[in-house]
Amino acid sequence: MKAKVHVTLKQGVLDPQGKAVQQALAGLGFEGVSGVRQGKVIELELAESDPKKAGAQVEAMCEKLLANTVIEDYRVEIADA
Amino acid sequence: MKAAVIVFPGSNCDRDVQVALRQSMGAEPVMAWHGDAKLPKVDLIVVPGGFSYGDYLRSGAMAAQSPVMADVVAKAKKGVPVLGICNGFQVLTECGLLPGALMRNAGLKFVCKDVHLKTEAADTIFTGAYKKDQVIRIPIAHMDGNYYADDDTLDRLEGEGQVAFRYCGADGESDDGSTGGANPNGSARDIAGILSDTRTVLGMMPHPERLSDPALGGNDGRAMFDGLVKALG
Repeated sequence: MKAKVHVTLKQGVLDPQGKAVQQALAGLGFEGVSGVRQGKVIELELAESDPKKAGAQVEAMCEKLLANTVIEDYRVEIADA
Repeated sequence: MKAAVIVFPGSNCDRDVQVALRQSMGAEPVMAWHGDAKLPKVDLIVVPGGFSYGDYLRSGAMAAQSPVMADVVAKAKKGVPVLGICNGFQVLTECGLLPGALMRNAGLKFVCKDVHLKTEAADTIFTGAYKKDQVIRIPIAHMDGNYYADDDTLDRLEGEGQVAFRYCGADGESDDGSTGGANPNGSARDIAGILSDTRTVLGMMPHPERLSDPALGGNDGRAMFDGLVKALG
């Protein structure tokens, strides 16, 4: 199975990198961008073929390593290989 | 006092800590490779600065899962003192021995310069050789030193006297925390270092080991290691 993990900063945590991107976009003439937040996408290839088990496995990976749950939220998508 | 310094792939401040410890201890600390699951019996564990695992994923994230860190956490829970410097502070927050997280510097630049710190907690094994409110000059060198914790945690740290060091001006005055002032990285409440609730774990972004020798331009860091030797034998 393939898993895609989206890791984003929690609401309320300041994102200076997102802010820098927002300013750069404004500098390039793109109008109307009222907020930018930058996150990560982590793609995993798993041997597990049961989607429920794969989901649980990836959730455990997120809690343990892929996301710092003090400052980050995560979202897991599971798909067939 | 027996001490161990943890070495991860990418650590590069381990030898400076070794030199500072050797100077204060008059004996050699153990250099402990991250892959060794068991540390020898020691009175102090130091997690040094550097770029463990290249700061990949998040600074200190993968180092926190190294085999040796399980033993560091177990020993810390039994009361063995642990000092985390820079990347070491990041590792200690990642493995939960200290609250909060170290994020990208607010100014988005790697900052490498001397800063002044106010000693807020002078009654600990780490800071016993400093006086309360003493201002010391210590270098920093980091890209991800912006200390973050939610307001409840920050209030608790302040209330319990767990803020060890705060960034300040040379005269000890603090500013409002904006970048470009005394606070070099946007850390909440100008926090440069914090203690665990047991006061046996200290994490700090500045490098005391880098100014522990007058020949290197300063000696304010030496008192941390002298103080530890005095407190721990």
